[in-house]
Amino acid sequence: MSDDPNALLDTWAETSDYRWGFTTDIESETLPPGLDEDVIRKISAIKREPEWMLQFRLDAFAHWKTMPEPDWAHFPDRPWGPLDYQAISYYSAPKTDADRPKSLDEVDPKLLETYEKLGIPLEERAALAGVAVDAVFDSVSVATTFRDTLKEAGVIFCSFSEAVQEYPELVQKYLGSVVPSKDNFFAALNAAVFTDGSFVFVPKGVACPMELSTYFRINAMNTGQFERTLIVCDEGASVSYLEGCTAPQRDENQLHAAVVELIAETDATIKYSTIQNWYPGDEDGKGGIYNFVTKRGLCRGDRSHISWTQVETGSAITWKYPSCVLKGDDSSGEFYSVALTNMRQQADTGTKMVHIGRNTTSNIVSKGISAGHGQNTYRGLVKVRPGATNVRNFTQCDSMLMGSECGAHTFPVIEVENDTAIVEHEATTTRIGEDKIFYLNQRGLTTEEAVSMIVNGFCREVLAELPMEFAVEARKLLEVSLEDSVG
Amino acid sequence: MSLLEIRNLHATVEGVEILKGIDLTIEAGSVHSIMGPNGSGKSTLAKVLAGDEVYEVTEGAVLLDGEDLLEMEADERARSGIFMAFQYPVEIPGVSTKYFLRAAVNAVRSHRGLDPLDAVGFLKMVKERAPMVDLDPTLLDRSVNEGFSGGEKKRAEVFQMAMLEPSMCVLDETDSGLDIDALKVVADGVNALRSPDRGFVVITHYQRLLEYIVPDHVHVLVDGRIARSGGKELAFELEEKGYSWIEQGSACGC
Ligand SMILES: Nc1ncnc2c1ncn2[C@@H]1O[C@H](COP(=O)(O)OP(=O)(O)O)[C@@H](O)[C@H]1O
Ligand SMILES: [Mg+2]
Repeated sequence: MSDDPNALLDTWAETSDYRWGFTTDIESETLPPGLDEDVIRKISAIKREPEWMLQFRLDAFAHWKTMPEPDWAHFPDRPWGPLDYQAISYYSAPKTDADRPKSLDEVDPKLLETYEKLGIPLEERAALAGVAVDAVFDSVSVATTFRDTLKEAGVIFCSFSEAVQEYPELVQKYLGSVVPSKDNFFAALNAAVFTDGSFVFVPKGVACPMELSTYFRINAMNTGQFERTLIVCDEGASVSYLEGCTAPQRDENQLHAAVVELIAETDATIKYSTIQNWYPGDEDGKGGIYNFVTKRGLCRGDRSHISWTQVETGSAITWKYPSCVLKGDDSSGEFYSVALTNMRQQADTGTKMVHIGRNTTSNIVSKGISAGHGQNTYRGLVKVRPGATNVRNFTQCDSMLMGSECGAHTFPVIEVENDTAIVEHEATTTRIGEDKIFYLNQRGLTTEEAVSMIVNGFCREVLAELPMEFAVEARKLLEVSLEDSVG
Repeated sequence: MSLLEIRNLHATVEGVEILKGIDLTIEAGSVHSIMGPNGSGKSTLAKVLAGDEVYEVTEGAVLLDGEDLLEMEADERARSGIFMAFQYPVEIPGVSTKYFLRAAVNAVRSHRGLDPLDAVGFLKMVKERAPMVDLDPTLLDRSVNEGFSGGEKKRAEVFQMAMLEPSMCVLDETDSGLDIDALKVVADGVNALRSPDRGFVVITHYQRLLEYIVPDHVHVLVDGRIARSGGKELAFELEEKGYSWIEQGSACGC
């Protein structure tokens, strides 16, 4: 993989048909608010979808209408529902360059300052700030071949819309096979109205030749509020995928209901990393994104492996449980999470590890940090089915509290139906500790530096799982997210 | 001008007065030992000097190089040259000692107008100074103080002191929990750091340490006050007669 970010951007600029993650000749249309069958037919028509895709949406919608909006998550300070689903517009055309800033000079200097703090490479800042792409890339020489490299390896990596057109048999085979369209309220809503997302297919025996990260991160600027991602690793294949970005992201849509499905066949490995920094709302809890996401991976083949890593610092409310269904014998699942809630943010997140195959193992490391008035809940399920012999699970669940107004909660559930299983759970709750801060102060470090160091130390095992270039940014992100929260 | 000047220092914790009027002047190049029974306020004095906000200074003044120390935050005091070797160093999980110490060294260097050390320069300095306290360098790859033995923690404190090159060193019971060999090693490290422009306050409960770090002055702290001051012979006298000798002395007002 080339580690020259320019090279990656060149390619991206070059492959203009993929630029926005939509099919090229899309109509620029925005549907008025409201949701009924007609709206779904329109979305499907705009995207020129085949009949089976429309049917998938309609089935999901029919079921969604019968489902109550869930309210079981632990959000003590900030009730969020019920939402008015008729007030949302379910399709808007991607922004054209005419609507965008022409250069960095037109971008809010505060935003640029944050990019600087986070250490985002210079070349990427303009794209992240939404500057019209031709203005950004005109000056960049067209050189390398990001997409070609993937193509050569036989890896398919494209927008979901494109996949529906180009690889219908693959999409049809795997879509909804891990997160059925009726799985839960928000997954059903997503299945009915999703506009785009990403599709990855790594064929038999292929190790994806590059991290699918930087490329995606710029591309991700234009993914909508109902994203859908499907990643399939065929036998013996492997891929590492990163979604999101440390740069603060704003969106006028409050509700985000994404679905991510991962499928690992025999001996396949999928590593999925997330950095989530959506707008968290203000100090008083006004505004901010509701991030209600369904993420699930299926270790379908023997010895397959799926690993989730997430750093969640944004959104007003984060509600998600990236999970693994360990079906293949000797398959393994991992979940590494940092969730930080500051101001009035609330997070109810964790994972489910469902052990079905024999000798399956799972490892859970969750680090919750609460500051300000933030509320942070870990909710986890480790389930061992009767046929799953010799299962091993280890869960480490640590909470750190900063200040006295915030809260940390844990709801671990363990259901074991096979007595050969060894399931271990360890949990700790600590205050950030004046004594630790004082010790670092006494060695000349400011309180901000001290807090950042302590928090990063607390999260070390999780950050170590991120692709290298993002680990550095994630560290800074934690620091920036906690600025002003100690005094 | 004296290196450190403490005048009529009073301090409380949770409303209870612990330090009840301390006067102490430390010249550069000198070593002062503070002895005293448990609970007399030795650690409190050290932490008040270092700027621990748990303690409230209610009266008095402290000057470092003529500057008002009490006006400064703990981190500023550290950068200005105060170093305290903790009686109970805290553990900081997940933060490598090397990473932490380089940040600390560079914070202090920046205050002194020096360029930051890069990784290579830092490691060179580590290699030079770790042997001073016979510190196993692999400890530096571990989290700060985490899982260190009692002796390793104390060595690490003195090693940090050697790295940070403070002007005013306060050692709080650096001898406690050390066997005689470790004690000698730590004492040798401290002695190697003695210099004409550096002052030391060596807090200890036992006279034993002072056989190896020979002080210029000895003060006995009893109930938040310096009950007696003298030369190094005072330490031996104490060893013979015990603290009750001084406590009684101070109780009768002589
Ligand atoms: N953080 C604190 N909170 C409450 N009491 C304290 C605190 N620190 C010290 N003290 C009290 O102050 C007195 C002196 O303690 P300390 O300075 O640790 O003594 P020494 O180091 O001489 O043994 C003791 O009575 C101790 O209980
Ligand atoms: Mg003490």
